Amino acid sequence: MTVTPGWYMALAAVLFVIGTGGILLRRNALVMFMSVELMLNAVNLTFVAAGRQLNVLDGQVAVFFVMVVAAAEVVVGLAIIVAVFRRRQTASVDELSELRG
Amino acid sequence: MAETVLFIIFGIFALAGAVIMVWARNPVYSAMGLMLTMFSIAVFYVSNSAHFVAAVQVIIYAGAVMTLFLFVIMLIGVDKAENRSENLPVQRPLALTLIVLFGAGVVVAGRLAWTTGVRNPLNPVNGTVEAIGNELFRRWLLPFEITALLLIVAAAGAIALALFTDDDDVEVDA
Repeated sequence: MTVTPGWYMALAAVLFVIGTGGILLRRNALVMFMSVELMLNAVNLTFVAAGRQLNVLDGQVAVFFVMVVAAAEVVVGLAIIVAVFRRRQTASVDELSELRG
Repeated sequence: MAETVLFIIFGIFALAGAVIMVWARNPVYSAMGLMLTMFSIAVFYVSNSAHFVAAVQVIIYAGAVMTLFLFVIMLIGVDKAENRSENLPVQRPLALTLIVLFGAGVVVAGRLAWTTGVRNPLNPVNGTVEAIGNELFRRWLLPFEITALLLIVAAAGAIALALFTDDDDVEVDA
């Protein structure tokens, strides 16, 4: 029984779906943010597996760029969460639903 | 054979970490679950011969990003009891239905074909630092430079967000 890239992609799909579930079910902004990271990681795994299947290095280069963008996103996103927390004393997105600044 | 064993063991770890992340009441446990998943994915990178990407995954994601998450969790406070009730009436059943549908769709699409495109007949890919560097600094040089700009903008944005206080009339002298 050999592991084909399809196995990795199936696993990545399941991880992506779990991340989607985290976004939809949780109300803590930090946990939702971690779910986004999980989804990005799942897609990265798909890139690497597809690159191996097609024998090209582009998949790994794409992962590199996704990681850079994800790092930038984490920096700004966490800064926003901290800024919101300083103002409203909560990290729950339900209590931030008024959009009144 | 070794790859099968690794896939099964770390596949279970990855799934367990992801489920812990979504399920855990305490955000610190969520961060730990995500860290477990990220390490497992690094192992998968190694079995897909993406060695450089695996190293970057451990250093950037499992190291830097998760440390940042833990810092913010500590800053915000972990001891707050989170209210897990849902305000929107049909959000949870609807979300679960959509998740199941989406997963089924992905699996159906994957049974058709996991990859499309022409397979390169050359040697199998080997993601050494040298190979990635050759690719990155030749074909992808401009995108690489643009990501540098993106990182600077993100860092400046984070500093700006942290620097200005939320009182509208008072601004910190920078």
